[in-house]
Amino acid sequence: MSDRGGGEQRMVPKGKPRSYYDQPVVKRPVWTWEIPCYFFVGGMAGASAPLAWAAGATGNERLAKRAWGVGLAGVAVSPVLLISDLGRPERFLNMLRVFKITSPMSVGTWILAANGTLIAPAALAAITRRAPRIFAAAAPLAALAGPGLSTYTAVLVANSAIPVWSEARRTLPFLFAAGSAASAGAAATLLTPAAAAGPARRLAIAGGIAELFAAETMERKLGEAGGPYESGTPGRLAKAAKAMTAAGAATMAIGRRRRGAVRIGAALLLAGAACERWAVYKAGFASAADPAYTVGPQRDRLER
Amino acid sequence: MTAAARHPAPAWPESWGEEAEPRVGFFTDTSVCIGCKACEVACKEWNGVPDESDGLSGNSYDNSLDLGANRWRHVAFVEQRVEVGGVGSSAPDSWVEEASRQQLVEQGLPIHDGADGFRWLMSSDVCKHCTEAGCLDACPTGSIFRTEHGTVVVQEDICNGCGYCVTACPFGVLDRRSDDGRVWKCTLCYDRLQDDMEPACAQACPTDSIQFGELEVLRRRAADRVEHLHERGVASARLYGADDDDGVGGFGAFFLLLDEPETYGLPPDPVVPTRHLPEAFAAAAAASAALLAGVAAAFIGRSAR
Repeated sequence: MSDRGGGEQRMVPKGKPRSYYDQPVVKRPVWTWEIPCYFFVGGMAGASAPLAWAAGATGNERLAKRAWGVGLAGVAVSPVLLISDLGRPERFLNMLRVFKITSPMSVGTWILAANGTLIAPAALAAITRRAPRIFAAAAPLAALAGPGLSTYTAVLVANSAIPVWSEARRTLPFLFAAGSAASAGAAATLLTPAAAAGPARRLAIAGGIAELFAAETMERKLGEAGGPYESGTPGRLAKAAKAMTAAGAATMAIGRRRRGAVRIGAALLLAGAACERWAVYKAGFASAADPAYTVGPQRDRLER
Repeated sequence: MTAAARHPAPAWPESWGEEAEPRVGFFTDTSVCIGCKACEVACKEWNGVPDESDGLSGNSYDNSLDLGANRWRHVAFVEQRVEVGGVGSSAPDSWVEEASRQQLVEQGLPIHDGADGFRWLMSSDVCKHCTEAGCLDACPTGSIFRTEHGTVVVQEDICNGCGYCVTACPFGVLDRRSDDGRVWKCTLCYDRLQDDMEPACAQACPTDSIQFGELEVLRRRAADRVEHLHERGVASARLYGADDDDGVGGFGAFFLLLDEPETYGLPPDPVVPTRHLPEAFAAAAAASAALLAGVAAAFIGRSAR
C-alpha cells in the first residue's frame, strides 16, 4: 500500500522495512585491511606506554624496557598503515592543516602525532639508558596520552551513519580499551622473562576478561542493530575472537607457573584482540549493506 | 535532541560574515518528474563526471542505481502495483468502485490506465547540502567546506582520500573514485553559481521538477505545492527535508515525495553523526581512565613479579 505509516491499521505484522530494490541507503566504508590492523597495533601501543612507565616507576626495568619497545614499534608502524590506506597517500600531510573537534579522525591524527612524539623519545631513552632528562619529561606524558590512542579509534567508527557502529558509541570505547590492555599485557608477557612479567600478565588476563564483558555488553545493547555480529563473516570473527580471548585468559591464569602455557595464552589473547577489531570492522560493512538496519530504527523512531 | 548536542561548528552565514550570499538549493518536486534523466546527463556533461555503467540492472528503468563519486544526480524508478479487489477469488463488479472503496485516489494512486492500481514514482536524488553536514564535520583535512552560498563542496586539491566522509553521510552520497583516490560529490555547480547561472541539472530539467533558487523562496513554493496537491486529492504528497528541526537541521536540497522516503532509497529520519559525538567522546574518556586504572591495579599486590 502507499502509506504504511499513514494511520490505517496494519494488515500484516511488522516485517522488513521497505527499501529501493533492497539497495543500501548508506555507503560501505572504502577502508581496507590497514584500518583494523591499525586499531589493533595503535591500541596496543597506547596501552603499552602506561604499562612501561608504571613498570619503570616500580623498579621493574626489564618489563619497562620491553613494554616501551612494544609502544615504539606500535607508533612506528601506525602511520605507515594509515598513510597507505589513503586514496592519495602523498597528501597525508593535509591531515595536519587543521584541528577539528568535530572530526574524530582529525583529533586522532593529533593524538597519534602526540603519542609518537612522546613514546619514541621515552622508549629510546629507556632502552638505551641514556638521556634521563628526556625520559623524565616524555615518559609520564606518554603514559597519560597513551589510553587516548587506544580508545579514540572507537569514537572514530562510532561517529558514522553505519548503525552497528553508531549505536555502539557508549560501549565501543570500552571494548577497544580492554582489547588494548589485553594485547599490551600479552605482548609484554611474551617478551619479558617470567620473573619480571607479573604485572603484564595480570594486565593481559584482566584486559581479556574485560574485553569479553565489553563485547557481550555491546552486542546485547545493540539489540537488532547488532545483527551483523550474529551471522556471516563478522559473526564468525566475533565468535572466534571470544573463544581465543577466553582460552588465552584462562590458559594464562591457570598455567601461570608454566612458561609454555603463559606464552600460548598470551598469543591467544593477542589473536583474540586482533580478531575482535576485525569483527567490528567487518560488522560495519554488513550493517551498511542491508537497508533494513538503516531504515528500520529510523521508521520506528518516527512512529513512536 | 538536547541543546547540548547541537552543532558546535560555525556554519553559513556566520563563517562568511559580509561575504555571505543568500543560501541557495534545490527543490525537487518528484510529482512532475518524468524520469527523462536529462539531469543525470547534464550533470555529467558539465562537471566532467566519468562514465560508470554496469549494464542493465533489472530495476525498472534505473540502470544507474545510486548516487556516488561518478553520479551526482540519480533518477530513481519505482513501480508500484496495488492489488485491487483484495483477497478472494471473486473479482469486483467494478474496478473503479473497488479502487474507490480502498481509497486509492486519496493515497495518490492514479486509477486511470484501466484502473489496475499501477503507478510510477520517479525522483531525481542529489546531495542534500545539509545545514549540519556530517561529511563536512568529519573531513580531517578541511577539504570539505561550506561555500558563501551555504552549499557543501569538496576541494579536490586538498582531499587525500581518507574516506571518512563516506561513512559520515546519512544518505550515502559521497564515495571515492577507485582510479583517482579522491572523494567526489555534487558541488551544486559552484562554478556556475559564481557567474549567476543555475546548476546544470536544474537548467536541463524539462518539467521544472528540479527547481533552483534561494532556499527560503523554494520552501514557500514547496509548501504551496503540497497544499495544492492535497486539494487535488493527492493525500500522499509530503515534503522531505524542508524542516529545520530534523536530524540534519534541514536540507539545502529538499524534495516533494509521493510515498515514504525509504521507497525511494532515502532514510526516513536521518541524523548527522556529529550530534552523538559528545556521548562517544565522553565514553572514550571514561574508558581511557578505566584503562589507566587497570594498569595501576596490575602493579598492586605482588608488585614487580
